[in-house]
Amino acid sequence: MKSLLKNRLAWPVIALAALLLLNQIFRPDFLALRMQDGHLYGSLIDIMRNGAPTILIALGMTLVIAARGIDLSVGAIVAIAGAGSCAYIAASPEPASPVTAAMAVLIAVLAGLLLGVWNGFLVSTIGVQPIIATLVLMTAGRGIAQLITDGQIISVSNDHYKAIGAGYLFTLPVSILITAAVFTLATVLTRRTALGTLIEAVGINPVASRLAGLRSRNIIWIVYIFSAFCAAIAGLMISSNVTAADANNAGLYIEMDAILAVVIGGTSLAGGRYTLVGTVVGAFIIQTLTTTVYTLGIPPEVTLVFKALVVLTVCLLQAPKARNLLRSLKAAPKPAAKEAAKEKVAI
Amino acid sequence: MSPLSTLTPLAVKEKSPVRNRIRGGARYAPTLATLGLFIAMFAVGAGMYPSFLSGQVFLNLFIDNTFLIVLAVGMTFVILTGGIDLSVGAVVALSMMVSATLLQQGWNPAAVVFLVLLIGGGLGLLMGLIIQYFDIQPFIVTLAGMFLARGLCYVISLDSIPVTEGFFTAMAQAQIPLPGDLFVSPGVLLALGIVAAAFYILHHTRFGRTVYAIGGNEHSAMLMGLPVTKTKVLVYALSGFCSAIAGILFSFYSLSGYSLAAQGMELDAIAAVVIGGTLLTGGTGYVLGSVVGVLVLGIVQTFIAYDGTLSSWWTKIVIGALLLVFILLQRLFARKTA
Repeated sequence: MKSLLKNRLAWPVIALAALLLLNQIFRPDFLALRMQDGHLYGSLIDIMRNGAPTILIALGMTLVIAARGIDLSVGAIVAIAGAGSCAYIAASPEPASPVTAAMAVLIAVLAGLLLGVWNGFLVSTIGVQPIIATLVLMTAGRGIAQLITDGQIISVSNDHYKAIGAGYLFTLPVSILITAAVFTLATVLTRRTALGTLIEAVGINPVASRLAGLRSRNIIWIVYIFSAFCAAIAGLMISSNVTAADANNAGLYIEMDAILAVVIGGTSLAGGRYTLVGTVVGAFIIQTLTTTVYTLGIPPEVTLVFKALVVLTVCLLQAPKARNLLRSLKAAPKPAAKEAAKEKVAI
Repeated sequence: MSPLSTLTPLAVKEKSPVRNRIRGGARYAPTLATLGLFIAMFAVGAGMYPSFLSGQVFLNLFIDNTFLIVLAVGMTFVILTGGIDLSVGAVVALSMMVSATLLQQGWNPAAVVFLVLLIGGGLGLLMGLIIQYFDIQPFIVTLAGMFLARGLCYVISLDSIPVTEGFFTAMAQAQIPLPGDLFVSPGVLLALGIVAAAFYILHHTRFGRTVYAIGGNEHSAMLMGLPVTKTKVLVYALSGFCSAIAGILFSFYSLSGYSLAAQGMELDAIAAVVIGGTLLTGGTGYVLGSVVGVLVLGIVQTFIAYDGTLSSWWTKIVIGALLLVFILLQRLFARKTA
C-alpha cells in the first residue's frame, strides 16, 4: 500500500476515482454506457469527447515542460488553425467536397507546424526564455486569427470536416480516436526510442546534456513543433465540432487547462521526468470536474471557484512540503488519503 | 576564477570604474530603448496627425491607463523576484464587482475601498504564503488564484452592475486643471504617487534591495541572511494590493462592475513590464521602465484609434511584435554585458 501511494500516478488516480465515485453516488447511472444508433453514449464518453482537445494539447505541453519549457501560445494556435481551415473552406468553390476538407486540415496542420518552428526558433536558437517567447505568439496569435477571419465568426457546412470533431467511427467519437492515436504516437516515439530520455536530459540539465554531446537545440525544436502540432489538431476539433471558427473564443484559456493537467498529472514544471499517462489522467480530472459541477447541481457560476479549490487541493497533496506536513501530523499516509477524500466531499 | 582575480587586484581595480560605467549603461539600455521608442512613436504620430502633438493626448495616455500603471508596478516587484502573478486581471474584476455591489447596497465608499484593498492584499498574501511555504510554482498558484477571483466575480453576479454612488462618480468626472488648458484625473495623481512610492521602496529600502537580490540569485540572498521568505510572500501581497487599487481606479474609469471585465489584463501588465526592460528571470529592471512600457501600449492604441481604418486586432499584433523586438534587444544587451 505504501509503495503504491509513493507512485507518482497514485494521487492523480485517487483524485480522479474520488471524483467519479462522487458522481456515481449522486447519479447512479453515471458510469453506465449504452448503445444507440450504433454509437456509444454515456457520461464517460462525454467526458472523453469534451476533454479531447485539452488532452491533446496537454500531451504536447508535457513534452515541452519536460524539456524545461512552457508553451503559452497553444490557445492562439488553436484559434489560428480553426480560422485558417474555416476561412479556406468558406472561400473554396466547392465548400462541401472531401478534397476541400482534406486541404483545410492540411492548411491547419501546416500552420501549426510553422508556428511551432517559430516558437522553437525563438527558444532554441535565439535563447529567449520559453515563457516570453511563447507569450509573443499568445498575444499576437489571436490578432492574426482575427485578421484571417476579418473579425467575423466564419461558419462552414462540410460534413467531412464536421466529422473530425462531431463524427463517429467504430461506435466511438472520432475525436477520441484521434486523441488516442496521438497519445500512442507520442508514447511510442518517446518511450520506444531514446527521444524521451533525451528530452528529460535536456529538462534536467541543458548545459550538461549539451556537453554530453546531445543536440539539445534540435530536441527543443522537436518539442515545440509537436506541441504546436497538437494544438493545431485540437483547433480543428474545436472548430469542426461547432462548424465555425471563432477567433476570439476558440481555445481561450486552454493553455492554462493544459498546463494544469500536466502539473496535476505529476510532471514537475521544473522540467525533467514526465508522464504522459499522468497528463491524460490530469486532463480527465479537469474535465470530470466540469461534469461534476453539473451532476451535483452546483450553479455554473460557482464552477471556477470549485475548480480553483480542487486544483489547489491536488497541487498541495502533491507538494513534497505539504506531504511531509501531513506525514508529521499523522504517522501513516493512509489517513491522509481519507482526509483528502473527505475534504473533496466537503467542497 | 577566484585565484586569478586575487592575483591581479591592481589591474581589476584600475579597470573597474570604466567597466562599471559601461555595465551601468547597458543595464539602463533596454529601458532607454523603450523611452526612445515612445518618443519616436509620438513624433511619428505628430507627423501623421497634426492634432496628435498636444499635451492632452500625452496626458490621456495616463488617464486611460491609470489601472494598468498600478498593475504594472505590482507586477514589476513580482517579476523582479523571478516570480509571476497571473491573478491580477481577475483581482481587478473582483475588486470592481465587490465595490459596485456594496455601493449599490448603500455602503460608505471609504469602507468599500478599505474592504476591497483588504481583499486584494489578503488574496495576494494567501498566494504568497502557498508559494513560499508549500513550494509550489507561482505560475500554478496564481493561476488558481485567477480562477478563484474570477469565479467569485461570477458568484457575486453575472450582470454588469452600474455605480451611481456620489464619491465614485465625482472621482470619475473630476478634472484637475493644469497650466495650458490641460487636465488630468485624480486617478492619475494616485497612480503616479504609487509609482513614486514603488520607486522609493525598490531603490531606497532594505525590502527593495532584497527584492533585487532574490531575483539575482535566491540562494545567495538566503546565504547572505536576507529575509527571503518574508520578502517573497510580501511581494505577492503587494501585487494583490496593487491589483485592488487598480480595480478601484478601473471602477472610477468605467463606473460599473462586470465579472468579465479586465480579461487578459494580466497579459497587458506582463507585456508592459517586459517592454519596459525588466527581465522575466528577475533581478534586472526598473519600475519607471514599466510605466514607459504602459505608455507604449497606450500609444499603440491611440494610433489605432487615430487611424480609424485599422481594426482593433492590430493592437494585439503590434503588441506581440513589440514584445518580440524588445526581447531580442534584451538578448543582445545580455550578450554584450556577459
